[in-house]
Amino acid sequence: MHATETLPPPLLALAGFSKSFAGFTALDRVDFTLRAGEIHALLGENGAGKSTLIKAMTGVVARDAGTMKLDGVAITPRSAQDALAAGIATVYQEVNLAPNLSVAQNLFLGRQPTRFGLVREGEMRRRARALLSEFGLSIDVAAPLESYSVAIQHIVAIARAVDQSARVLILDEPTASLDAHEVEVLFAVMRQLSARGIGIVFVTHFLDQVYAICDRITVLRNGRLAGSAPVEELPRLDLVRLMLGRELSEATSRRPPVIEGEARADIATFRGVGKAGTIAPFDLSLRAGHVVGLAGLLGSGRTETVRLVFGVDPADCGAAEVGGRAVTIGSPREAMALGFGYCPEERKTEGIVAELTVRENIALALQARRGALSPLSRREQDALAARFIGLLDIRPPDPERPVGLLSGGNQQKVLLARWLATAPRLLILDEPTRGIDVGAHAEIIGLIRDLCREGMALLVVSSELEELVTYADEVVVLRDRAHVARLSGAQIEVSTILATIAQAPACADAA
Amino acid sequence: MALRLPRIGTSQIVALGLILVANWIVSPQFFDIRLQDGRLFGSLIDVFNRGAPVALLSIGMVLVIAMRGIDLSVGAVMAICGAIAASLADSHSLPVVLAAALGAGLLCGLWNGLLVAVLGIQPIVATLILMVAGRGIAQLITEGRIVTFTSPDLAFLGGGSVLGLPTPVVLTLGMMALTLLLVRGTALGLMIEATGGNPRASALAGIGTRLITVAVYMWSGLCAALAGIVASADILGADANNAGLWLELDAILAVVIGGTSLFGGRFSILLAVVGAFIIQAMNTGILLSGFPPETNLVVKAVVVLAVLLAQSPRLGGHLAGLGVLFKRSKSGGRRS
Ligand SMILES: Nc1ncnc2c1ncn2[C@@H]1O[C@H](COP(=O)(O)OP(=O)(O)OP(=O)(O)O)[C@@H](O)[C@H]1O
Ligand SMILES: [Mg+2]
Repeated sequence: MHATETLPPPLLALAGFSKSFAGFTALDRVDFTLRAGEIHALLGENGAGKSTLIKAMTGVVARDAGTMKLDGVAITPRSAQDALAAGIATVYQEVNLAPNLSVAQNLFLGRQPTRFGLVREGEMRRRARALLSEFGLSIDVAAPLESYSVAIQHIVAIARAVDQSARVLILDEPTASLDAHEVEVLFAVMRQLSARGIGIVFVTHFLDQVYAICDRITVLRNGRLAGSAPVEELPRLDLVRLMLGRELSEATSRRPPVIEGEARADIATFRGVGKAGTIAPFDLSLRAGHVVGLAGLLGSGRTETVRLVFGVDPADCGAAEVGGRAVTIGSPREAMALGFGYCPEERKTEGIVAELTVRENIALALQARRGALSPLSRREQDALAARFIGLLDIRPPDPERPVGLLSGGNQQKVLLARWLATAPRLLILDEPTRGIDVGAHAEIIGLIRDLCREGMALLVVSSELEELVTYADEVVVLRDRAHVARLSGAQIEVSTILATIAQAPACADAA
Repeated sequence: MALRLPRIGTSQIVALGLILVANWIVSPQFFDIRLQDGRLFGSLIDVFNRGAPVALLSIGMVLVIAMRGIDLSVGAVMAICGAIAASLADSHSLPVVLAAALGAGLLCGLWNGLLVAVLGIQPIVATLILMVAGRGIAQLITEGRIVTFTSPDLAFLGGGSVLGLPTPVVLTLGMMALTLLLVRGTALGLMIEATGGNPRASALAGIGTRLITVAVYMWSGLCAALAGIVASADILGADANNAGLWLELDAILAVVIGGTSLFGGRFSILLAVVGAFIIQAMNTGILLSGFPPETNLVVKAVVVLAVLLAQSPRLGGHLAGLGVLFKRSKSGGRRS
């Protein structure tokens, strides 16, 4: 398409990439060009084909058609290792490292430092620590990877890819689980790499990040190339229009004035509940039609708080009251019996059941609450699936598709549907908009508001403060595994929250 | 973990049909069926009759495997329950004999289930304990001898017939129907598939994964007990050393041939039973063809290899041209 007269040859050039799955066209003749030292954003709605394009260029899925040239030489990698050998390192959307190996082993898997054929554990750990310290991370590298949060696992995956001295680095939604500070660190590393002439492909749904770091944008829509331009030529509104193929109806507007002061019915009250070594005792009161947001850095105790409330890691002190009665919440089942629902942060390991269909995944929690002996009829399941596929705009709208075949953002919507189907009195959302595109973002925030209006109590963990302030009635700030402040009313401002988070003695403690 | 869209079960049924046809080629009387004294006789009927114990085992095994578990103890449980049935048969009425033997099977399953679900021991290790110890227990029951009995009531379960079909076949069909009803008539099947597919997510969705785990191992014990009773009733006695020996492996193979992955998740009871009959049809075919029975083991090994290769997504594509049988077990061997 483009004439490349005087320009240096592109580092990586894809032309006419196509891929379909069982009759479904995920990529349709997509061209993509990456130059040396360029940070190139690959954008598009959920299911637009970004991850598929990446998998097709690294040989994880075989492309149906298309050519690929690295430095002018045609290549066709057959696997991720192949691609790596050719100089393309990738961090996939779903981290795929070995969870039971140590952090150090994961970093150096397949390229451990050896002496006389034996792995030099000490040397490997030393190098692992050095590598991670570039990312501002000081953790025990001998501990198994699975003992750390997804965010840290993601950083490990990124560090592993960055360290492999590739020519091309591909990052598929690397920042989805990172907080602002870690994103900064990652960006610093990316700038360094691009200065060294490495071409970087960056997939994200955070448009701010695109404008903060990228040189060029390529947009996919429904598997087709929608456009490609330098960032300067593609202002935000145009970009969104290019992605969605329409105007964004309602951008995340400010929170409507809340009916303050009036006493809402208490759904659940926690007094002095905590768990030694996990989260310091805290008070929390959740009311009908009220959104409580939890804000803090990674590892500050947000997820720990909600897991305690839902009985995943039950409290070892304090008292809980639900609907005026004292209760102990010892397991998710007990929490569900009280009318709680919990959409976990870790979609792949704790959320979806990949091989079950969209319909079955949506029905799962409701079915579990009803018990095995009163099965939802097929008709009820179909109705449920149809309702939520429509409500949340799950794509493709096929209830019989295994959920593992959906794009990341659509899996997230299925998970949300699973809990909405149980019509909970208290819904706990851990990073509900992670990996969700700009269009769906607004819809989900709208949904949260609607649920609230209908009298549901919500407890929401979010790293996206801009977003949190638009719907929260109260924001609890956490630091070092303790609740340190409670903001409400006019105090709910991004700047106030940030200031509260940053107040000494904040420490860059991970895990 | 590759995911595929459609789930078809016809391939296993076609494979069974092909093997039966092969048997007919080596032995032209294969499909001859006679009615004698109200019971059907013939090689075909024999395949189903002989295959019944493994088919029974596979009904329990398929549920265990769907939960990401495995039950190595079923052969030993057969020996235990067969021994109990044989030693009580001449002194007690049939209901008592059955209750004792089936109860013992449930107990064995409870033991396995508790080790796995409560103590968190890996299934392969947990059930290995009973696999090894069970045969010893069975020998204690028979006091090291081969116990024989004469009770016609119990013998009927092995050699009798109902509506012309051998009792073991009827029992297998009955057990299959009951299990299907319990599992697919309720939401248990969905919960088993969800738990096998992603245990953590399922527990967070409120599924009582521990309880289901215990229940599934108990059901496997029950199926093994029934298989043990049938085996004893068939030979009018119990041989603690040889009853059910290595049958756990046949049952696992049957489940795998039936398309259920050893990684858990989607399962099919019906196809596991078909898998069991495929194995028996191969056994019978080799006997009929006059090859030495030892070749049977080699043939089985080849089938296992073919199924496992076909389950590997990477090799699946290359296998396509390797002959009809391979091709059949390939497309069927994949779970959805
Ligand atoms: N193996 C597969 N089989 C069938 N369909 C698939 C498969 N992989 C992806 N798809 C489909 O291809 C489409 C593109 O998916 P892809 O994962 O590339 O989207 P994406 O742009 O990365 O979205 P997200 O932002 O949500 O991550 C989706 O509709 C998805 O359902
Ligand atoms: Mg993606």
